[in-house]
Amino acid sequence: MFRKNEKKKIKRRRWTRDDTELALLGFPTFVWYVLFSYLPMFGLIIAFKNYKISAGRGFLYGLYQSAWVGLENFRFFVESNSFIMLLRNTILYNVVFIALGLVIPVTLAIMISQLYSKRRSKVYQTAMFFPHFMSWVVISYFVYAFLNPDKGVMNQILAYYGKDTIMWYSASKYWPFILIFMQVWKTVGYSMVVYLASITGIDGTLFEAAVIDGATKFQQARYITIPCVKPIMIMMFILSVGRIFYSDFGLFYQVTQRVPNSLYTTVSTFDTYIFSALQLNVPIGRTAAASMFQSVACCGTILIANWIVSKIDADSAII
Amino acid sequence: MGSKTFNDIIRDRLDEVKRNNIIAKREEEEANKLNRIRKPTNLIFNFIFFLCSLACLIPVVFVFMISISSEQSLAKYGYRFIPKVFSSVSYRFLWNERDVIFNALGISTLVTAVGTLIGVILTTTMGYVLSRPVFKLKSFFTWMVFVPMIFNGGMVAQYVVNANMLKLKDTIWVLVLPLAVSSFNVIISKTFFKSTIPDSIVESAKIDGASQLNIFIRIVLPISKPVLATIALFLTFSYWNDWFQSSLYITNKKLISLQALLNNIMRNIEYIANNPDGGLSLQQYKTSMPSESVRMAIAIVIVVPIACVYPFFQKYFISGLTIGAVKG
Repeated sequence: MFRKNEKKKIKRRRWTRDDTELALLGFPTFVWYVLFSYLPMFGLIIAFKNYKISAGRGFLYGLYQSAWVGLENFRFFVESNSFIMLLRNTILYNVVFIALGLVIPVTLAIMISQLYSKRRSKVYQTAMFFPHFMSWVVISYFVYAFLNPDKGVMNQILAYYGKDTIMWYSASKYWPFILIFMQVWKTVGYSMVVYLASITGIDGTLFEAAVIDGATKFQQARYITIPCVKPIMIMMFILSVGRIFYSDFGLFYQVTQRVPNSLYTTVSTFDTYIFSALQLNVPIGRTAAASMFQSVACCGTILIANWIVSKIDADSAII
Repeated sequence: MGSKTFNDIIRDRLDEVKRNNIIAKREEEEANKLNRIRKPTNLIFNFIFFLCSLACLIPVVFVFMISISSEQSLAKYGYRFIPKVFSSVSYRFLWNERDVIFNALGISTLVTAVGTLIGVILTTTMGYVLSRPVFKLKSFFTWMVFVPMIFNGGMVAQYVVNANMLKLKDTIWVLVLPLAVSSFNVIISKTFFKSTIPDSIVESAKIDGASQLNIFIRIVLPISKPVLATIALFLTFSYWNDWFQSSLYITNKKLISLQALLNNIMRNIEYIANNPDGGLSLQQYKTSMPSESVRMAIAIVIVVPIACVYPFFQKYFISGLTIGAVKG
């Protein structure tokens, strides 16, 4: 997210005291980036090794001593039974999340900007923003209160109407809907406020002119509001497409009560798979290969998405 | 006219300006009225948003109601919005276990405070450095911040580095450091500094012999409170809500945060019960504990501070999000 012509502006000149001071000022953050961001990228070589712990020696020694296995770890991961299922789940859930994450918040933002009372609009925003500030652990308790098989509200309602109760945490067919609902529930207020901020920034004279020309509210939304928020929609779209191989780990792991076996094929994603592999004694090279697959695939999709967007509309691309 | 003093003239002028402003505002309102949705539509929209707001708030109220129900009524009637029998037994239980609870609360608070401080320092210094128009390493630093936004090592490589190479496992630092900086925050602060700090101020301070560190602390930070607040809030909430780092790296009970505690007792409610009252065996104690309402009570203990605080800081969140959305 920086302009390309900036680089050209820097002309060749001597290193000054100013540069030293700025470099020192940025140094701690530089160290942070090296340790917590770039060292893990380097650590990815573990995915190409058959890492074995060598007792009494340091980690680096063990890494150095382990045999190179090339793409063996990747082959194992891609050929395993779970791979297709994980790929399908992760991508399908994300496609639904991305589509709903664009349509619902924009619609709600346009609606809320039309309310007569500004104070009420503020109250609604505050209330709907609330879920954004809660962790998935806490939310999983909310869900539990509704879905608990003996005491939960849903089963009480079902029982009241004389229907059979449902063992929610083992009924896999309901979970895609529950997960989608929870994802929308948690993120909709936040995204709505982001879009609303850009809607209120639109020049009012545009709407005045439209009214004089006899445009209806619907036409105003279609031809003024949506084109004006389009850049933000595209940015949100590229960013979420760039995470299409990732999943919100908390959603899939906590809300389902740690992915019970009966739900395994419905709610497993790459992240839950990798997390449980880390907890079990799966050779770390194989887990690292799965994790690296995610990183590389995402890097690829974000570049492709950005490239496509830049072909259609150069100003909207983020890189 | 001749007898008017200078002050009078100024005051008249100001009044005129004020009047004009009011007229302009009224005209705008009139114009807005022409372009309003119809009354029934407004009612319907209000109704929809009322329902959405309820849907967002009710789960919290519900969980609170469960936490103040008695265990017998929960067993008999299930979870209800209005408990049949009220009881403060879960909160009294938490009070008995206050060693564990306060320890977790202390860890959460400590991590949040230290992490936010370190994070704000690291983020804003880098943001400031990147916002300077002439700096030799600028393009290097810009790339360094930008690359992690599109590529990262992934969960496993991060785990290996943090746990094995940096030896951070089971230390407080593993909860603090990995979350301290995010490229998104750095770009927010960079955009802010670039658009609000005039170069001339920095240049004149330099001519007066101030070092960049001095300029940053004495001049830049005092006029950048909005962005400091925004970033501090982003960090505060991400630290307070973090349970993932704990679940990966922490096994030591002394270092469990509130979120991690809640996470652990979901599976195993006995996690919290290691402090039996006199005369009871551990087994009796476990069976006597109000496990359902205690779970919900801890969730409430986590949510209440957030619920009390966030409405006041919401505007900083929104301004941060909109700054972040600007390219630059």
